[in-house]
Amino acid sequence: MNAMRVLSYMKQWRGTAKEAFAHVSIVAKFLCLLHVTDRYIISSTHVQGPSMLPTLNLTGDVILTEHLSHRFGRIGLGDVVLVRSPRDPKRMVTKRILGLEGHRLTFAADPVVGDSSVSVVVPKGHVWIQGDNLYASTDSRHFGPVPYNLIEGKALLRVWPPECFGSLR
Amino acid sequence: MGIQNLLWQVAKKSFTGSIIGLTISDRCCSVVPVRGDSMSPTFNPQKNSYLDDYVLVDKFCLKDYKFARGDVVVFGSPTHYRDRYIKRIVGMPGEWISSSRDVIRVPEGHCWVEGDNKTSSLDSRTFGPIPLGLIQGRVTRVVWPPQRLGKIS
Repeated sequence: MNAMRVLSYMKQWRGTAKEAFAHVSIVAKFLCLLHVTDRYIISSTHVQGPSMLPTLNLTGDVILTEHLSHRFGRIGLGDVVLVRSPRDPKRMVTKRILGLEGHRLTFAADPVVGDSSVSVVVPKGHVWIQGDNLYASTDSRHFGPVPYNLIEGKALLRVWPPECFGSLR
Repeated sequence: MGIQNLLWQVAKKSFTGSIIGLTISDRCCSVVPVRGDSMSPTFNPQKNSYLDDYVLVDKFCLKDYKFARGDVVVFGSPTHYRDRYIKRIVGMPGEWISSSRDVIRVPEGHCWVEGDNKTSSLDSRTFGPIPLGLIQGRVTRVVWPPQRLGKIS
């Protein structure tokens, strides 16, 4: 009699466990899908700071970035990209690509004081990134060309604030 | 009808499997082969063996980018964007390194990597210090071939 009761309990418990496992696995799959979308296809990023004025606002914009084209080497001149900062790996910076490998470019050494200029050639596998706001941007003029592998995404659209919705070109 | 159903089931299963696999390999750990003999006493000790070592790469260290001198890391090549290298961290930011030509200071946010096999290794002695942001994980142990299974020093 007792054994029968234990058996029926076991059956009940098994049913509950199966159900719980099914629910948990659905949630886990969903989280995995979110991660893959966010890492490999498209994600939204909140960017702020003065370095990309006037393209991006000072107070903070939400932009959509896609993570496909940099994996296939399809980053071109003039693209706004998300780059892991070479000085602090925990920070991401948004800059514009101004030179690809092999390009020779000249920039003003210090735009505030004078017009002395420096000329560089971007080495193999590197890109030259610069903010649109020459006066308040820490970029390749300070830390030199950055490796292509530090690029993490290409900005596509601005989605917030709504009145500025549109492509970033 | 039956065949179509089966194909659909297989496609669904493989899609789910691949996204779970990708997530695990990005967030927690992955297994990568070691090519070449640039890390020779540690990985691929026999020359010209057709069996490459496979190593387990821990990804949890990417949360705060904390590394120590002596860690073996996987990083994206600074010169060829498709390649990945496995090397040992020899110098941390702020330290002084004597390379073949002169003594240089490793800049902030960078590290100095070198292979264990100094004679045939393409490393920081060629391309200079690399940004910590290029690092994709820390190698913790060898998982294949089975007789070499074990932690690395």
